[in-house]
This record gives sequence, structure tokens and C-alpha cells, in this order.
Amino acid sequence: MSTIDRTINEQEAGELKTKLHDLWREPPGFIGWFAHVHHTSIGKRFFVTAFIFFLLAGILAALMRLQLSRSESHLISPDLYDQIFTTHGTAMMFLFAVPMMFKAFSTYLVPLSVGARNIAFPRLNAFSYYIYLFGGILLFGALLLNTGPDTGWFSYVPLSGPQFSPGKRVDIWAQMITFTELSALGVAIEVITTVFKLRAPGMSLNRLPLFVWSELVVAFMVMFAMPAVMLSSTLLILDRLIGTHFFNPAEGGDPLLYQHVFWFFGHPDVYIIFLPGTGIISAVLAAFSRRRVIGYMAVVLSVVSTGFLSFGVWVHHMFATGLPALGMSFFSAATLMVVVPTAIQFFLWIATLWTGKLVIRTPMLWALGFLFVFLIGGLTGVMLASIPLDLQVHDTYFVVAHFHYVLIGGAVFPMFAGLYFWWPKITGRMLSETIGKWHFWLFFFGFNLTFFPMHMLGLRGMTRRVYTYPPESGWQYLNQLAGFGAVLMVFGILAFLVNAWRSWKGGAPAGDNPWGASGLEWGTSSPPPPYNFLFPPTVNGREALWDAAPDQPVVTGFHNDSREVLATKAIDADPEHISEMPGPSYWPFLAAVAVGGLLIGSMFTPWAVVWGAIPVTAALVGWFWPNKNEVERRRSREIWEPEN
Amino acid sequence: MTKAIQLGSLCALLLISLSCEREKRQVYQNPELNELAMGGAQNPDIAPGPAARPPVSQKPLNPVGPYDERAFEIARGQELYINMNCLGCHAMGGGGMGPPLMDDEWLYGSDPKNIYISIVEGRANGMPSYRGKMTGRQVWQLVSYVRSMSGQLRKDVSPGRTDSMQVKKPELAKEKETPIPQRPGAEQKEQQR
Amino acid sequence: MRRIGYGLLLLLLAGCGTHQQSVTNSAGTQAARIEILWWWMLGILTTIFVIVVGFVLGAVSRRRGGSEQMPEAQVIDSARDRRLSRVILVLVIMVILFEFGFLVASAIVTKYERGMSSKNPVEIQVIGHRWWWEFRYASSQPSEVVVTANELHLPTGVPILIKASSADVIHSFWVPNIAGKRDLIRPYQTSMWLQVDEEGVFRGQCAEFCGHQHAHMAFYVVAEPMNRFQAWLQAQKAPAKEPLEHKARQGRDVFMKSPCVTCHTIRGTDAGSRVGPDLTHVASRSFIAAGTLPNTRSNLMQWIRDSQSVKPGNLMPSMDLETSELESLVAYMQSLK
Repeated sequence: MSTIDRTINEQEAGELKTKLHDLWREPPGFIGWFAHVHHTSIGKRFFVTAFIFFLLAGILAALMRLQLSRSESHLISPDLYDQIFTTHGTAMMFLFAVPMMFKAFSTYLVPLSVGARNIAFPRLNAFSYYIYLFGGILLFGALLLNTGPDTGWFSYVPLSGPQFSPGKRVDIWAQMITFTELSALGVAIEVITTVFKLRAPGMSLNRLPLFVWSELVVAFMVMFAMPAVMLSSTLLILDRLIGTHFFNPAEGGDPLLYQHVFWFFGHPDVYIIFLPGTGIISAVLAAFSRRRVIGYMAVVLSVVSTGFLSFGVWVHHMFATGLPALGMSFFSAATLMVVVPTAIQFFLWIATLWTGKLVIRTPMLWALGFLFVFLIGGLTGVMLASIPLDLQVHDTYFVVAHFHYVLIGGAVFPMFAGLYFWWPKITGRMLSETIGKWHFWLFFFGFNLTFFPMHMLGLRGMTRRVYTYPPESGWQYLNQLAGFGAVLMVFGILAFLVNAWRSWKGGAPAGDNPWGASGLEWGTSSPPPPYNFLFPPTVNGREALWDAAPDQPVVTGFHNDSREVLATKAIDADPEHISEMPGPSYWPFLAAVAVGGLLIGSMFTPWAVVWGAIPVTAALVGWFWPNKNEVERRRSREIWEPEN
Repeated sequence: MTKAIQLGSLCALLLISLSCEREKRQVYQNPELNELAMGGAQNPDIAPGPAARPPVSQKPLNPVGPYDERAFEIARGQELYINMNCLGCHAMGGGGMGPPLMDDEWLYGSDPKNIYISIVEGRANGMPSYRGKMTGRQVWQLVSYVRSMSGQLRKDVSPGRTDSMQVKKPELAKEKETPIPQRPGAEQKEQQR
Repeated sequence: MRRIGYGLLLLLLAGCGTHQQSVTNSAGTQAARIEILWWWMLGILTTIFVIVVGFVLGAVSRRRGGSEQMPEAQVIDSARDRRLSRVILVLVIMVILFEFGFLVASAIVTKYERGMSSKNPVEIQVIGHRWWWEFRYASSQPSEVVVTANELHLPTGVPILIKASSADVIHSFWVPNIAGKRDLIRPYQTSMWLQVDEEGVFRGQCAEFCGHQHAHMAFYVVAEPMNRFQAWLQAQKAPAKEPLEHKARQGRDVFMKSPCVTCHTIRGTDAGSRVGPDLTHVASRSFIAAGTLPNTRSNLMQWIRDSQSVKPGNLMPSMDLETSELESLVAYMQSLK
């Protein structure tokens, strides 16, 4: 039924465009917005929402810098400061970093990069977005109601336990985690399925773009890591609300259990944030060096092994707890080991630069900035892998400097590289190069001015999470320096917002492939039509567009009376069958509202789980109710029979 | 897009204005509460709250204490209950040398003012007086905690379990006891038990 | 006299930011070894950083494509790519070897720490509270146990055994000049060896977020030769002396009838509560409120009258005492040497 056709008839193509447009377009209007299921629409929402949370959490950081710029300042009370730093960390980690680097970039770009018309499980994709949005609103709403969590972004017991954290603050933190991790798990399922089953014919696994590899590995990591944090936050909530004793030493529990379970998630979490960045950098470096990245196999294996190894290092967050030395030394060694694949990728990127014909545009600037900044963070990470060194600088501003270097270097810099790189594709317009350069340099200098002094502050004894410090400590000067850097960073971000605004309102039209890049996403119009590709493409090599034959075939033979996609085999992407994607639906939104209601209610009473299950069941029944037309089509077409 | 930003800012302002009573942790408010608790029966006006109030009045009894809706203060009350050794006589609410505090029998009434007077003045049959040994604020924190032990307070402000051996359900799981006014002669009955 | 001297030294040093609380100003055995490791690592890693960034910048300055149009994608020279891959393999092996060396060096530093022991060490139990430090100097005789708060005296040149535990949430015991930190986690009591090699006064601070006043939970370590340390310990064992001044005796009466007695111990009197710090020899300490305020008359008055303004949210209530009562109370506090 589906054939890989060698010819495209121009007139038929025109008729097809109209037909596909009607089939695939999203419902218009405000109400229709709640029924969108196409990955480009949901992907854009992830981008915008995650960026807004980035800005909000950044405002909180600016407030922290303001408070710390003077010794014994009375600007912000300790109670409010505790809420601010906790919400800053929580929002950055759960509402910005993972949603942006994993959910946003995957949702928008993975289907396009593999040549699919939509992401697998589109309604789950929409549900993942809404549940993430509700979690974010819960957290910031709580902060505005003086109920913001105040025990740090990892919220150790016993401080966050029922005896020492009264009220609902920690319950909101713990439940918000459930929201965001449900969302991440949903996207992970979709990414894995899309990459394994919806690839363009010819895109065997060893031809998968490096960006898609990194998102695939991260999706698997999410599936293993997120349940751990859901477990730790659920055990915490149970202890607080029902009176279980998971962390009560007097009744057989253990506060260290919380740390183990949390950090079993927490360490892979930072690699979940970092690895998509490596994929973006690979894509950007390749495009702006005008050559493919050297050592494809090595890069892929590095990403995969980093993913595995990152699950074996979590105790390095617990070196000061007094665990037995022999056990801790295994984790010290493992932490040093996990550096090696990243070092391999670093060297390969530099080799790519060295042998490439470099074009320095804004995305490339951000990629080069990443190399500089992440390297510093990685090297201080090597220092922290040593137990004696860690015992001195753990829980000081040295660690704050380290993780901001790796997180901003390893996620924010690649994020901006990716945003500048793919902005023409997403919006159809170019961003200004001039403003882009201002953005980069302001942010780069501001970032280093803010966070480099923190290494010294840590070595001079300034501990983390302090709302003030004594005047005789001598820390005020470095804190003020950091404050000035923060101001520069703010101006850099403002430059980006101006750039984005001007481009949105009337930037230069982008065309299909302004960078001459090689990914499949550049083989369709900017922005992509609602059906992504007029004819799903096929692939001839690792760099899809660069290795394409002059008469590269496309996939034809669809009925074009429903949202059809071609499912292919997992390893070699041979065509397997035609699958039908669901159309617009309000059920994901309604289900998210029902689940959100259940989760928020369960912070106040366990009965919410019982009563809340009723709307959730109703929403799921509505969601999965079979569509009569679809059932008839499948039956009449015997669509599950294999091709001959 | 701009509409969304406007809507969002409006919601934010609204939320700030509705700041949650439960989470208030105002250590500087009501400086009169920093005075040592000296008052009692001869000083019926022990009622902290907003600044302007007449020195002597015939206000009706307030069934709700000043901290009955503040989780933080109630948690401080729990800490005081342990540190001031209330549990030496009352255990964790089950009683011992002293009467239970988690049941429905209130010898001197369950109103916050009555509990305040019990603590500050002391009572017959062995309840010591803590006059001058705590500030007003501390006594009111204790009062709210004591009320939570019999489930009188809302579940979302009542404390959870402590990090110690458990001898009862946490306060937030305690069903509300309806206070029974004691009949005359109840104190003798108490002794006979 | 010596005590006044140390008090002055403490206040002087308090003004001098560079010596106190610094990882790179070691006065203890462990801190010294860690500092060596630190400087070596800084040197080596900075060199690596300069080399790598040099290559990046070199690549950027070397081969440039067009400025306006994006040039065509390059034809790949597979042989050259393979050569480069072999170079990278060698570099990676070097990285692995370097890391292995680092691991061995770290293990050696750790081994020294764990290898410290002594037949009859000075054993001190450190108990973290919200937001102050309890120090109990162990002894086989219960009557010889010294309980003090917020100021730790240590003898120089001998191994000291610290037993670290917490009374409530997780705290962390850290004196950067002397050694790495140790988390205080209830219900655990973990052992840690320390040795101070230089005399002096060092500031330590809680290094694990423990609530609203985590920022104001510091302590001072006074390191002195063994004879002076023993003299101090002996003085601390004694109960509070009978106050000589009339005002101080009045202050004692105020203490006994105020909320003070419900939380603080003064050995030699009826005050025996262990909720708050032991005040038997509070006047021998240079700071109050866990390293927050120097121990002066006006600070004591402010602390007692309105502790919430100094450490908002801390467990000691602000108390509106009569001024005359407050003054005699402070006179009593200052008599508790």
C-alpha cells in the first residue's frame, strides 16, 4: 500500500498540500488551543513556558544577590529568603532545566529530525504539557501565598519532615515534583517510541542524528531516575500527612534513606539536563564547521555510557555524612570515571572545530561559550570527586559556583545555541545577529563575573543557603562583584527578549535552510506545515541532507483521509505499517485538570485520592473511547497485516 | 501574548493579597506578647491581637485562639510542650499524673482563655503555675497546641507526627472531640479514678 | 588574664577576614594535607584548561568559512579524521591516568585522617541544635564531664576525637582551618579525628541548611597548648561561683524567677534545664548567640531583651523585662566566668 516512490508529480503535490493541511491543522481560537495535539504546537508551548519559569527563577536569583550584596542586610527576612532560594532552585531544576532541555527540544525537534509527521502519543504529549504547567503554577502560586517551600531544592529530612516544617510548604514542594515528573515520564515514553518506530526509511540506528541520540538516552534515563524522586517525595508526603515512619529513626526509619533515594534521582537529573546540551552542541558545531562531527560512534557511545555511569555516582553528594570510607571510595572512583566520556566528546568537538571551515554566527558563539564555561565546571567537578577536597568545600559557595558553571554552561549556553539555531525553523524568521552578539557577550561576561568569585567565597568559608554573613568575614566584596555580574546577565537576557520580539514582529524571512545544515528538519518549510513533510523523506547517510542523493526517494501511497504516519522497524527503519494518529482532543486538558485536582487535594486529605479518582477515571474513559470512524477504517483496511 | 502576561500579573497580585494565614511567621508582630505572662483570672483581658483595644471590656469569649490558624506557632507550641516538660504529667496527651488532654473532658473548659489561665495560674490537684516563666506569646502557642491535641483545630494547621517514638496518632489525624462541660463534683470523680 | 587576652585576640582576629574560616589558611593536620592537594589540583587543572581553551581559540582563529553565505558542506578526509581519533585516544588515556593518580592522592590524604588515633584522646561530643552548638568533653567520671556551648577549646599537637551527632535536624560541623566537615545527623553519632597544629582562634560555621537561623550558627575554636587547655578545662568543671556584687546576686534572683530558668543550666544553682546552651561559664566565652554577637554588656542586654531582632525565628523568645531587672541579670551573666 505504501511505496517508496521515485517521482513527485507537481500538480498532485499541490492538491495534496491542501488535503493534508485540512487533515492535520489544529483547531483555531482560544478554546481550540486546549485541543492541540501536534508536536510543533506543544513544543512551542514547552519552550515558552520553560523560558518564562527561567525568567521568574532568575528574578528570584536577583533578589538573592541583592540581599547578599551587603553584610547583615535586613532587606529580606530569613523566612522569605529561605522561600526564595528554595523556589529558585526548585524552579530552575524542575520547571526550567528538564522541561527546556528535554521536553521542549525533544517535543519540537525529534519528530522533525527523524522525518515523522507527529510525535508518538500526541495526546499524552499535550497532557504532559498541561500537567507541567499546573505544577509550575502550583509552585509559584504557593510562593506568592507565603506558602513557598523553604527547605532547599532537595529538602532534606528531618528539616522538611513533619516536626520541623509545619504548614503546607513542603507538601507543595513534594507534590509539585509529582506533577513535573509525570510530565517528564510522558515525554520520555513519546521520545523513545518516536525514535524507535517513526523514523524515516533509511535512517537506521547508526544514522540517527547525534541530537536525537542524546534525547533518546535522556529519555531512558528519565524512565529510571524520575520514579526515584517520585518515591522520595511520596515517602516524605506520607510521613508528613499520614504519619508513616520512613524517615523517623525512633520507629525504624532513617533520614539517610531520603538522601540516597533523592540523589539516586538527583545525580542522573543533572545529566538529563546536560546530555541534550551535548546533542545540541553536536548539531550546531557540525552546521557551523561545515562538516560532520568526527567520531560518530565514539560520541554515541560516550552519550550512552555517560547515561549509564551517571546512575552510579550519587553518593558523592553525601561524602560528609559519615558513611563508611570504603563504600564512598567506590563512588569517588565512579565520579571520576563519568568524566571520561564527556572528555571524549570534548576532544572530538575540538577536533571537528580544528578540521572545519568555521562560520561564526550567534549559535556558534554560544557553542564556543559552552566549551569554555562547561570546561571550568567540569574541572571543578573533578576536584569535587576527591573525598578530602569535597569535605572542605561541600555545602559552600565553591559547590554553588561548580554547579552553576556546569548547569549554565552545560544547559543554558546550549539552550541559547539551540534557540538561535532553530529559531528560523520554528518561527520562519531570522534573529538579529547584532543583538545576538550583544546578548552573548553581556551574558558571558556577566555569568563569569557572577560565579567565578564564588569559588573563592567557598574557599574562604562562606557556606550555602545563608541569608546573610558577618561584616568581619570579608565576604562582602566578592558578593558585590557577583551582584554586578548578575546585572550584566539581566541585560543580556533583556537583549534576547528584544531580539525575539523584533524577530517575531518582523524579522527577515528564513527560508527552508538558512544555515545549510544537514538535519531532516531543514528539509521542510520554516515554520513546518501542520503535516511536517509533504512526503515523508528517506535518508541516505548520517547527515540526512548532505548525504542525500540527487533523486532521494520519498514515501507515498497514503490514503490521505486521516492522520497517517509510517511506522518503521526499530533497528534499520524498514517500512513496517501505516499507523493512524489521533486528531485534536480536549481530553488531555481535562485529564490534566482532574489529575491536578487529585494531587492538590491529596496534600490536604488522603480522601482526595479516592474522590479524585472519579474525575480522573472519567477523563481517561473519554480519552480512550474508541473513535467510530477510526475503528471502521482499520477494519476495512486490515491495517495490521504486514506488507508483502 | 500580552493578554496572557496581563492576566498573569493580575492573578499574581491577587494571590499576594490573599497571603495565607496558616503560614504566617511574624516574629515582630504584637510586641505586647513579649511580656512575661503574668495575667489570669483577675485580669480578664488577656487577648492579643490587633493593636487598638480597650483596656477593660466585656467581650464575649473568643472560641478561637490567636494562633489557632497558624501552623508555625502551633508547631512551636508542640516544641514548648516537650521542652517545658508538660509531657511529664500529661504524656503526649494521654495523661498520667495529670489529666489527658486529647479526650473530650475539659475540667476547666476548652476555650483558649481557659487553657491560658490554667497554664499561667495553675490549677488545683497539681497543675503548677507558669506565671512569669514564659512570655505571653509562648503561652498562646501552647494553648493552640493543646487544643490541637483533641482535634479542635483545622487539619491543615495541626502538627504531623514528631520524630520520636509514637504513642498516638498525630494531631492532624485526630478526629475532633466535642468538649463536654464538666458537671460539678467532677474533680472528685477525677480523683477516684 | 589569659582569658582576657584570648578574648581580645578573638575580637582582633574577628576584624581580620583573611585568617579565619579559610580552606587555604590551614592550621590543622588534615586541612594542611587537603590544602596541598588543592594547590596541586588547581595548578594541574588550570594548565589543562589553558591548553584546551588554547586549542579552541586556535581552531576559531585558523580556518574561517565565508562571512555572508554559508559555504558548502565539506568533503570528509577520512584518513585525517582517523589520525585525529588516534590522537584523541591517547589524550583520553592520559586523562584516565591523571584521574587515577588523583584518586590515589586523595586516598592517601584520607588514609592519614582515618589512621589517626591515640591511646587517651581528648574526646569531645559535638551536638548540633537549632541554632547553637553543644560541646561535651567526655570523661570516665560523670562528674568530670564538661558541658559548654558555642566555643570549643582544643589542645594543639594531639589527636582529638570528635563524636558528632544532632539533637534535631541535620547540621554540619566545619572549621575550615582545621579539617573537612562532618554532617550531624540524628540518630547517628559518627567519629572524626582532628588535630590542630597551630595556636590561634578559628571560626567554624554550620554547613548544612538547618532552618531560619542557619546563617547565624557559628562557633569559635580556641586552640592552645595542652597545659593551658587543661587549665581551661579545670575551670570549666567548677560550678558557678557565688557572685560577689550585690547587683549580680539580684540578677541571679531575676534569672531564677524568669523564663531563663526554664531553658538554661547554671551548675551550682537550681537551674538545670537543657533546652538551651549551658550558661555556667558564659562570661568566659567571647561571643554569644552562636558566634553572632561579641560578648559585651550591651549585646547581652539586646540579646536577652529582643533576641528575635538578632536572630529572627530562633527559639529564645524576646522578653520584655523591666530595665532594672535586665541590668542586674546581665551583671549576673557577666559574673559567670
